[in-house]
Amino acid sequence: MTRRFDTGGAPHFPPQATIRQVMLQVVFALLPGIAAHAWYFGPGILLQIALAVTFALLFEAACLTLRRKPLQPFLGDFSAPVTAILFALCLPPLAPWWIALIGMFFAIVIAKHVFGGLGHNLFNPAMIGYVVVLIAFPQAMTAWLPPQSIAAYEPALSEVVAAIATGESPGGMGWDAVTGATPLDTLRNSVAAGQMISEARQSPIFGDFGGLGWEWIANWYALGGLWLLWRRVISWQVPVTMIGSVVLLGLAAWLIDPGSNPAPLQHVFSGALVLGAFFIATDPVSGCASPRGRLVFGAGVGIITLVIRRWGAYPDGVAFAVLLMNMAAPLIDRYTRPRIFGRSS
Amino acid sequence: MQPDPIQTAKLAGTRLYHFHGGLRLRHNKQVSCELPIARAALPECVYVPLMQHSGQEAEPTVAAGQKVLKGEVIGRCDHAGGGWVHAPTSGTVNAIARHPISHPSGLDGVCVLVEPDGLDQWTALQPIADWRDAEPAELRELINGAGIVGLGGGVFPTGRKIEEASRRGIHTLILNGAECEPYISCDEMLMREQPASIILGAQILQRAIGADRTVIAIEDQMGAVYQALARAVAATDATAIDIVKVTTLYPEGGEKQLIQVLTGLETPSGGRPTDLGLLCQNVATATAVARAVVEGKALVERIVTVTGSGVRRPRNLAAAIGTPISDLVEQCGGYAEGAARLVLGGPMMGYSLASDANPVIKAANCILVLTENDIQPPQPEMPCIRCGECARVCPALLQPQQLHVTVRNGFWDDTIEAGLADCIECGCCDYVCPSHIPLVDWFRHGKSELRRVAAERAGAENARRRYEAREARLARLKQERRQRMQEKKQALGDQRAKQERIEAAVERARSRRRNET
Amino acid sequence: MLTPVLLFTLLGGLFGLGLGWAARRFRVESDPVVDRIDAILPQTQCGQCNFPGCRPYAEAIAAGEAPINQCPPGGEAGIRALADLLGVEPLPLNPECGEEKPRRVAVIDESVCIGCTLCIQACPVDAILGAPKLMHTVIGAECTGCDLCLPPCPVDCIAMVPAAHAASGWAWPRPDLTRVPAGSR
Repeated sequence: MTRRFDTGGAPHFPPQATIRQVMLQVVFALLPGIAAHAWYFGPGILLQIALAVTFALLFEAACLTLRRKPLQPFLGDFSAPVTAILFALCLPPLAPWWIALIGMFFAIVIAKHVFGGLGHNLFNPAMIGYVVVLIAFPQAMTAWLPPQSIAAYEPALSEVVAAIATGESPGGMGWDAVTGATPLDTLRNSVAAGQMISEARQSPIFGDFGGLGWEWIANWYALGGLWLLWRRVISWQVPVTMIGSVVLLGLAAWLIDPGSNPAPLQHVFSGALVLGAFFIATDPVSGCASPRGRLVFGAGVGIITLVIRRWGAYPDGVAFAVLLMNMAAPLIDRYTRPRIFGRSS
Repeated sequence: MQPDPIQTAKLAGTRLYHFHGGLRLRHNKQVSCELPIARAALPECVYVPLMQHSGQEAEPTVAAGQKVLKGEVIGRCDHAGGGWVHAPTSGTVNAIARHPISHPSGLDGVCVLVEPDGLDQWTALQPIADWRDAEPAELRELINGAGIVGLGGGVFPTGRKIEEASRRGIHTLILNGAECEPYISCDEMLMREQPASIILGAQILQRAIGADRTVIAIEDQMGAVYQALARAVAATDATAIDIVKVTTLYPEGGEKQLIQVLTGLETPSGGRPTDLGLLCQNVATATAVARAVVEGKALVERIVTVTGSGVRRPRNLAAAIGTPISDLVEQCGGYAEGAARLVLGGPMMGYSLASDANPVIKAANCILVLTENDIQPPQPEMPCIRCGECARVCPALLQPQQLHVTVRNGFWDDTIEAGLADCIECGCCDYVCPSHIPLVDWFRHGKSELRRVAAERAGAENARRRYEAREARLARLKQERRQRMQEKKQALGDQRAKQERIEAAVERARSRRRNET
Repeated sequence: MLTPVLLFTLLGGLFGLGLGWAARRFRVESDPVVDRIDAILPQTQCGQCNFPGCRPYAEAIAAGEAPINQCPPGGEAGIRALADLLGVEPLPLNPECGEEKPRRVAVIDESVCIGCTLCIQACPVDAILGAPKLMHTVIGAECTGCDLCLPPCPVDCIAMVPAAHAASGWAWPRPDLTRVPAGSR
């Protein structure tokens, strides 16, 4: 008596990994850094993250419907929330709500779905969103809060919510009273004014080896990033070469002219460098696929970041560096294709 | 100065190397090794497919109603690629009909249906009296005639393989006992229970191809196997047989990976191990060779692992070729609750069958019955996120995400350059892909498409040449005809001129006559 | 104002010269486009494209006198390949030229054949073997399935049958046709 079976393709194993798992691990690795951020700079960042995630999911659902694709599993694969969180972490805590809206529009709709959706975007969507709002709304994007320990005025939660909702400065005080320059801003302005770096570093905004508060946030990001490395979610090439090139070039510049070039550690622990090294530049879709290609990619991001920080118009260059290297990634991949088994070249 | 690869290959097994990628998988072999190999009872009817090997179908040499003996030739293949097919038991030929043939396509093929008479009587056996005195060519011919094919799954006709090998000059025979796919344990049990026949087969093969030594590779977690083989070697007079334990990592049992582990050399892309002076054979093939040469018995049965959580009592069975799978499962206690998928082969490279009426074929090393838990419903396929995991685990150093794009879009020239022909279809990339892209199925499709495209191009090229030749011939005929017309007209013109000259002369003669009179 | 204009004109001129030189210096020799088009066409020589053979059709495409969608045996894959080669948009197959059919070969019914050689003369690739008053037969391996032998046969003894389908010739199908994808493209 014959028995019939349904057929299926090899391998005949339960699935081992899913995109959702990969994305969730990335979110998990970001949590320590987010917590540190909220600790130093108040709850604003959490609201920004919530707004960005909400807008991202709405835009993603809208695009999927327009493209006539099923909402499940794409909405459930967590790639849009990850983009949203990375974008939100680059925002000032009191940025008005429409910054997140516009940023997510450009990130999800333009940078991701117009190019083909998950797996097809040429550029890092979070960075596209960030760069668009940075250039279009310089005032809102430079309203950074100083760390709560040295802040002249610490807005309460309700005031933070009001500020984000309305775009007005919290507590009726002017923006100048509430905001302050970031460590990178301070360095850049001091050098432009002719001050030595060592003098500039006397400012209370600096901590032990980086910016006050920022250095610890970077540490927590690094811990999360190392955990991702251990879990094999990201590979070591990009973080190592990115931070390595910054350290090497920063060291060379600092040795040549310590007056106008900060120490390499200062570079590493300010701005979005650590976040970029472990979470942004390691985005697999827009980066290189081959191991050697990733080495070149990471080094390129590091070098361009330093160049922009030193000579460019913006205090931090990670976002622009990532986007520029995204452009070069296919070419780099083409020239760093690994050798196939059994072939000599 | 690069060391000569042949010299390096001669040191096979003296130290171990690594291959790139690979996966550490759960073995699931223990459960089928608890019971010894049992002889499977003969079914009511055996369905022997005439296409037992890659290549053409064999031609049947028997007719319905004919009585056959065990080991009698029932199908022959005259062209070079084919292997012979023999009756797995004595009985009567019921019919020559189409029947499922355990093919991945699910298509039927021509089978010889034999009803056993229960006597299991061998045909007249003609073994070689003493193989040590026999000519290698004689040994090779006997192996060819016994229908022996590679029993590790490749089912390439062994006779042809060693014929080609002996022409190239082989110095080392490698017997592949590194059964790396989970669940499959037929080779392990064979090595535990019949090590002497493996050693004998190794010696015979060594003589048949003129090799200097043999290396038997086994996995390093096969402890009892090592003892059994070592004892068997010691019991014979064999001097040039080494037993080497290789790391247990899927797929180190693949031919190219095994050679890399044993010698550190990569088989050239598009080439074969014989280019390095090596020949690989499965241990079960060696046993079949020993049986054919020393006892004169053709290949009519093989050891099959019947296992999986969908089988009540997993074990290894020595089954006659052509036995329906349903019979084997019954002899292993029947199906367990929730049996959901029937796979021929292992969980990584095997293919699923739609019905258990499919027969045991020479390539059937394992019948795997899986339950719902083991397979889970097919996951939706997401786009590739270029995570690079597939390239990290690929033992052939390919870029599966790149290959997938070129195959999917039909960029055949890019596909060839990206190395699709070097893919061994091990399934490692498929296993790790977070987007659940069926990479191995794409690559199998790509390979057959490449073959089809190449055949089409060759056919088109051929048609074009014939067309141009025909056009040229027609043009030539037209030219010749025109030429002949020309010449005829010319001749006619000449004739007319001649006629005019004659008439003129006649006229002149007439006028002279008139003037004279 | 004058300086920028002059400067840009000069730069433009320099770059133009540079590009021209590069175009000549780095030129890649390749087959004439007619040959490359002909290589894509299936060489069935059937005439369904309204040209007397594949080569004339290739020449017409190269000269821009014919669209790329007139070849039924080449099918959609052929049109796409031509579109890729020429950098144009692929068009759907022109239904007036025929429809894409699976590979077929001609078979002569020997009991009806009268040995008139009309089919032999019609076959563009000499795939029919025979002589006047002697049996004609189609060499299956050479037949391109062009259907040109059917009209001339006075006793209508030629049939078109599908090319062989055996398990040995079976090809693995595309996974996205056998499995239901979630919305991958």
